[in-house]
Amino acid sequence: MRKEIETDLLVVGGGAAGLCAAAEAGRAGAKVTVIESDLHAGGQLVKQTHKFFGSKDEYAGTRGYKIADILMEEIESLGDKVEIRTNTTVTGYYPEEGIYTAMRGEDEYYRIKAKKAVIATGAQERLIPFPNNDLPGVYGAGAVQTLMNVYGVIPGKRVLMVGAGNIGLIVSYQLRQAGVEIAAVVEAMPKIGGYWVHAAKIRRLGIPILLRHTITEALGDKIIEGAVIQELDDKFQLIGQPRTIECDVICMAVGLTPTTELFWQAGARMLYCPQLCGHVPYRDETMRTSHPDIWVAGDAAGIEEASAAMVEGRIAGHSAAKALGYPVKEEAFKQYWSRLDHLRAGEVGEKIRGGICQVIVKGWEA
Amino acid sequence: MELIKEHPVLEFRHGKEVTFSFDGREMKGFEGEPIAMALHANGVRTYRITPEMKRPRGFFCAIGKCSSCFMVVDGVPNVRTCVTPLSSGMKIETQRGKGLVPMETK
Repeated sequence: MRKEIETDLLVVGGGAAGLCAAAEAGRAGAKVTVIESDLHAGGQLVKQTHKFFGSKDEYAGTRGYKIADILMEEIESLGDKVEIRTNTTVTGYYPEEGIYTAMRGEDEYYRIKAKKAVIATGAQERLIPFPNNDLPGVYGAGAVQTLMNVYGVIPGKRVLMVGAGNIGLIVSYQLRQAGVEIAAVVEAMPKIGGYWVHAAKIRRLGIPILLRHTITEALGDKIIEGAVIQELDDKFQLIGQPRTIECDVICMAVGLTPTTELFWQAGARMLYCPQLCGHVPYRDETMRTSHPDIWVAGDAAGIEEASAAMVEGRIAGHSAAKALGYPVKEEAFKQYWSRLDHLRAGEVGEKIRGGICQVIVKGWEA
Repeated sequence: MELIKEHPVLEFRHGKEVTFSFDGREMKGFEGEPIAMALHANGVRTYRITPEMKRPRGFFCAIGKCSSCFMVVDGVPNVRTCVTPLSSGMKIETQRGKGLVPMETK
């Protein structure tokens, strides 16, 4: 039995970027189908307990999980224009036929025929090499957030956090909110990578942030029973004495990599860009990739943060709706770009700007 | 179950409590929540044993991308338990090796 559904715009990924793309295109009049592999939409937003920064346009002052509710309300207000299919994974794209394949649960397969697509597949957690890094109890930071902030499960008794970027800092604070002890935060770099406001929050709680320190080994036979950490010199060589830390969870907050399989399958032009944390598709100002029917938005376009992902989603949804022939407000496009420029301004946006300028093109030849 | 009782920001609304089995042991969890989360709440950390090195594995990414939490669910191997909803009476087993697809076991 061959099952096939048809839609104007397929949005792969129902996170911050995907939901904004869907809302934007749906409001313009397009029939939108969002495919989400998790059991609910909202992506990483639903796991965030902290209040966002930025400006009012990006819901500054609102906690992440509430932003997900606001986006879902916006989509519900569009009636049947946007359909969200959860527990469904896009498993492939077949460019010759322009067909996507999807799998609901483990055994229901079908084909999706879409005129255009916004691919907002997000990112996946990185791991660094050390002995026993495969033992149960070595968890990605996002996984720890899912456990405790979405399902209310206690991740462990005592956690070693690896990485003092924004995610490492925020998740350390969230662990304390959940009543979990943090042994320490280790960070190989000589300075804290995340915002000072997040670092200050966990310093105030008395959690040590050990800069120039790394994990050298996880201890345990069948599950994590501890970790060994050690100091690093300026050339990242181990110095001093190794120290044993007692813990039952090692939380890895060592960065993310864009999830890009579908772009490769589509034959989109890609670039390895360290500032954007991996291979990402080239895109024009409308977030259209070198494939004329495929747009990119959010972390799949380069690791940034949720506020920028939401604006990129708006731009991609706006542009895809326009390409489908639906009327869109031209001035909205300019407003979205001024919001993006604002989010990427200053010293904190330097790395992102350095990455974006390598992958943005003036326009694709028709 | 090892659940968070008090939280300064979040309120947890769990669904219906159901019974399932893990390697023959009866356990309780919430309907519709991912299998991997229900197991963790019951103190289970090891979800599979790797084919070559026989190493224990738990979950890692919890968003269906990394393959670390593959288990045998109702006889079907390689199920991503972090994004598969729990239902009443489910039979969940530690996966040992690559697993056989049901077609091959018949």
